[in-house]
Amino acid sequence: MDTQLVIDILAAVVVAATPLLLAGLGELVAERSGVINLGLEGIMLMGAIAGFAAMSATGSAPVGALAGLAVGALLGLFHSLFTITLRADQIVAGLTLTILGTGLSAYLGKPLIGVPAAATFTRAPLPLLSDLPVLGPVLFQQNALVYLTYLLVPAVAFLLQRTRWGLHVRAIGENPAAADSLGVGVQSWRYAAVTVGAALAGLAGAYLSLAYSTFWIENMTAGRGWVALGLVIFAGWNPFRLALGALLFGGLEALGFNAQALGVGIPSQFLRMLPYLLTIVVLAIITVHGRQRGAGVPAALGLPYERETS
Amino acid sequence: MTTPAPFVQLRGICKSFPGVLANDRVDFAVAAGEIHALLGENGAGKSTLMGILSGRYQPDAGEILLDGRPVSFGSPGDAISHGIGMVHQHFRLVESFTVVENLAIGLHGASWLLDAQVIATQVEQLAARYGLRVHPRARVGALSVGERQRVEILRALFRGARVLILDEPTAVLTPQETRALFATLRQLAAQGAGIVFISHKLGEVLAIADRITVLRAGRVVAQARPGETTQAELARAMVGRELGGPPPRQRTPPGPPRLVVEGLRARHDAGYEALRGIDLEVRAGEMLGLAGVAGNGQRELAETLAGLRPASAGRVRLDGHDLTNRSPRAIHAAGLAYVPEDRLETGLGPDLAVADNLIVRDYHRPPLARGPFLDRRAVTERAARIIRAFDVRGARPWLPVRALSGGNAQKLLLARELERRPLALVAAQPTRGLDVAATEAVHRLLLEQRQAGAAILLISEDLDELLALSDRLAVIYEGRIIGVLDNEALDPDTIGLLMAGAGAA
Amino acid sequence: MSGLQLRLERRPAPSSLALALVPALALVLALLLGALVLLATRHDPVAAYSAMFSGAFGSWYAVSETLVKVIPLLLASLAVLLGFRMSVWNIGAEGQLYAGAIAASWVALTFPDLPASVMLPAALLAGFVGGCLWALPPAALRAFLGVNEIITTLMLNYVAILFTGYLVTGPWRDPATGNFPYSPRFPDAAELPAIPGTRVHLGLPLGLVVAGLLALVLDRTRWGYQLRVIGRAPSFARYAGLDLARNILLVLVLSGGIAGLAGVAELLGITHRLQLNLSSSYGYTAIVIAWLARLNVAATLVVSLLFAALLVGGFSIQTSGVPAALATILQASILFFILAGSFLSRYRVRLRRPAPRPSAATQPLLVPPGEGAAER
Repeated sequence: MDTQLVIDILAAVVVAATPLLLAGLGELVAERSGVINLGLEGIMLMGAIAGFAAMSATGSAPVGALAGLAVGALLGLFHSLFTITLRADQIVAGLTLTILGTGLSAYLGKPLIGVPAAATFTRAPLPLLSDLPVLGPVLFQQNALVYLTYLLVPAVAFLLQRTRWGLHVRAIGENPAAADSLGVGVQSWRYAAVTVGAALAGLAGAYLSLAYSTFWIENMTAGRGWVALGLVIFAGWNPFRLALGALLFGGLEALGFNAQALGVGIPSQFLRMLPYLLTIVVLAIITVHGRQRGAGVPAALGLPYERETS
Repeated sequence: MTTPAPFVQLRGICKSFPGVLANDRVDFAVAAGEIHALLGENGAGKSTLMGILSGRYQPDAGEILLDGRPVSFGSPGDAISHGIGMVHQHFRLVESFTVVENLAIGLHGASWLLDAQVIATQVEQLAARYGLRVHPRARVGALSVGERQRVEILRALFRGARVLILDEPTAVLTPQETRALFATLRQLAAQGAGIVFISHKLGEVLAIADRITVLRAGRVVAQARPGETTQAELARAMVGRELGGPPPRQRTPPGPPRLVVEGLRARHDAGYEALRGIDLEVRAGEMLGLAGVAGNGQRELAETLAGLRPASAGRVRLDGHDLTNRSPRAIHAAGLAYVPEDRLETGLGPDLAVADNLIVRDYHRPPLARGPFLDRRAVTERAARIIRAFDVRGARPWLPVRALSGGNAQKLLLARELERRPLALVAAQPTRGLDVAATEAVHRLLLEQRQAGAAILLISEDLDELLALSDRLAVIYEGRIIGVLDNEALDPDTIGLLMAGAGAA
Repeated sequence: MSGLQLRLERRPAPSSLALALVPALALVLALLLGALVLLATRHDPVAAYSAMFSGAFGSWYAVSETLVKVIPLLLASLAVLLGFRMSVWNIGAEGQLYAGAIAASWVALTFPDLPASVMLPAALLAGFVGGCLWALPPAALRAFLGVNEIITTLMLNYVAILFTGYLVTGPWRDPATGNFPYSPRFPDAAELPAIPGTRVHLGLPLGLVVAGLLALVLDRTRWGYQLRVIGRAPSFARYAGLDLARNILLVLVLSGGIAGLAGVAELLGITHRLQLNLSSSYGYTAIVIAWLARLNVAATLVVSLLFAALLVGGFSIQTSGVPAALATILQASILFFILAGSFLSRYRVRLRRPAPRPSAATQPLLVPPGEGAAER
């Protein structure tokens, strides 16, 4: 097998993994605080169109990325308002957000279909690091957003495990009543977690339209939002496992598109099915084994919190 | 030893909730280095008083003095910052976190960086000083109940508590863990902390306290030092009633033993053994009352008898048939009816219609069922009939049960369970929260069944009720039956003593 | 802390006034919001809305097209409703729909010479079974291991779609149309008969029959009773000895089967070939419809009609330059307003001036007993 081909494919894996990882990190934070956001797919699409539109208007890709981030945050506030303050069912609210995001992005994106991108996130090889054998071209000849994602993984892990903010977020996801009685504002922290999570999802969407494909296409997320949801579960709510899982899932996607070139006999669709199937298996294992060293399902996930007045 | 200057003082505290005067001009004080026990039955007002001290409630009247200066706690956070630390019965711990992480939740004035090492060191120092052995990096979920309690105590100390309030701390502990706790408390007191020890267990209170205050019906009825009083005196103060004797009742001689329980063991949800070998016998046509303070295994006993909790050892027999660990449906079919204490969640479905609630035992049989269909008219008729027969007010067959008052909901529950004349009945707290009229109605129903030959196990925290209705009275304490008394020979002192564990091994 | 305070009190029973008003109000507000969106993108709301209305109801043909869209939405919504009645959250209707379509396609493509009288029942049955089988793994996992069915059913959606993609670009690719992702057109025998002049096919009476059956079963049978009890009072159900695991399994599997029927209906009634965009997210919309209809079968009929009208109306306004996506925006807006409204029917919001307190502590949002009691 041609080494260059392998390297190219591995680099493609990283590229494919990035949006999953970004959205996944965001959802991980939200879910650790106890809120599930089924609107990821819609938020990513809105981030994609917002990013593309902002880039077209300003000619600057970083502005586009910021727009994606901002729109994501806005939708996150929206989701928080409905699920946290108004205590709506998280499933219905999330699905509605997806429907809204899908529809609105298609609506707003109509005039931008087929328009070539004025500015994108181009390849920015890092000095020295990009000269490393194998790892160089795979990891360090990517674009700025990919590098940002590299930094986000340890950052999120650190924030969650080693800071009081992260402790509080995790506490309200496990035992909101206890945290509340100890003075931790459950609602405020959840708002923060969900908003940050959605912002990252918006950024992931902007990545798709500004770095991955550099065009706006209706429904361009192609299910990545759902994969990101599964990814968080697959990773057991752990950022490092999330990164590995994103590589795996992204790899399956990249492998799928290059199946013929590699002489892999499996049709691409089956490779792309694996992330979903693996998520089911992992969820079953996690459920049956209960809590294992803090890697279990956040105990309060999906349940709105109401202070008892007994 | 003279009474040291009080560190915190509650003076003339009054507090009422709708329908009940929980605290009536209560005075209570704790000094540094003192262990002050607060004794009383359920509903005596202990929790309310401590709720006020810990900042959960505001008193209607009276004042709180800290080091002689009046203070007011607007919230639990307020109380904590003034040095009042409460260790609740239900721990507020995140199981998947370590001890250090649990202690770090909500800490004031700490940096944004979670320095586990620093906290761990502080924990170890505190632990050494007070003899509270706990591994800082252990995951709370893996700790025993006693160890978790130590974490809760540590948490209070961590926040600078000078007064520790412990609410029924030994309810969930084994005897060894209790001894360890007492050693800890003595050491804490020696280091200058003031401790409030809320309990109903006389033996323990006499063993650990420096001062004892007894609350009854919201008032302070006694105050003493351990050396100056006896368990009997304390029990009388707690239970304190002059009985007019049980009301006249037909005394038909009871029949042969109908419900026989031998060596029953079962586990609490939290894992420890709640039933440690229950031996009971209820005869046909007899009402056996089960007295005991809440948390001594009554709930687990009822659930195990009804088939809702697995028995880890022992036997349950009804008229000779072995019912141990059989399904709830089979047990009911065999003739054992169960009125659960959780009336509205378990015994009834509040969002379901009255009729739906009533037919749950035999919806699959004619005349209610016709093939796969439910004969709605038959169901409505049956429901209407039962509503009339048992005088359930405000009920219509297709209204949700939630619309009924507490008393009528309970009548409905009983109606369902008693309609088929069960051979035996386990009734847990059947009149809890009901008004006088409803209570009377429930009592009448129970006595009717007794007359008809059923064996009834009446589990209740209301001693008056038990004394009025029971033929014999058993007392449960820490998962065992420690006494069975014939009602003729009852005297409240004896019961009080038994309920509080006197004479238990 | 002086000043006004916002307090949330849970109502003892949902306000019936709110329950009645909210859907109508939500519709109005959603239309207003949609009008704003249109204005902001320089379209005429009045023209757009009237075009939508006439697109959905303006002529007999328009009405028939609306009914065509009702069929898959109704069947999928009924499927989801069944699960939700027992608090089993089937988010996988989309995938089960495709699974049913795949199974029916298999019958049509493998046995092309069957007469219609055999082909149609066989394909319908196969579609039902296909949907059931697709729901079986999540059902078993939930019933016996307690694994959350929201995630498991959701994940299988895309697996079904991908599998369909594989089939129509691989073994079942239509040689005649080159590289388009379609299966070959099915034999005429596999066509669900339609009302002449329209595309309204046998799926509509099928949907109505399923609705009727479901209403019957849920309200009048012993099994429906069990579902009711388990769904609304699980502790009570356990106390009374009802078998939760078996019923959870049954309900989720049947729900999958009905969703499979939705796929078959669309397949044999409209597209006549297996293809990738068989479903316009019917499975997801179904969840919203069932929720809006408060799990009531009759209301589901109405809401499905509404959403179908939005879809069809949305298509038709494309001629005036407004993207069809407006329909989804309207759907989502209606939903959001209803979510907000249902909150108000469950909670009371009160503004209070609190009594002055000596210590300046933060007030909890919900009132501890004693405070609220005194003021009640």
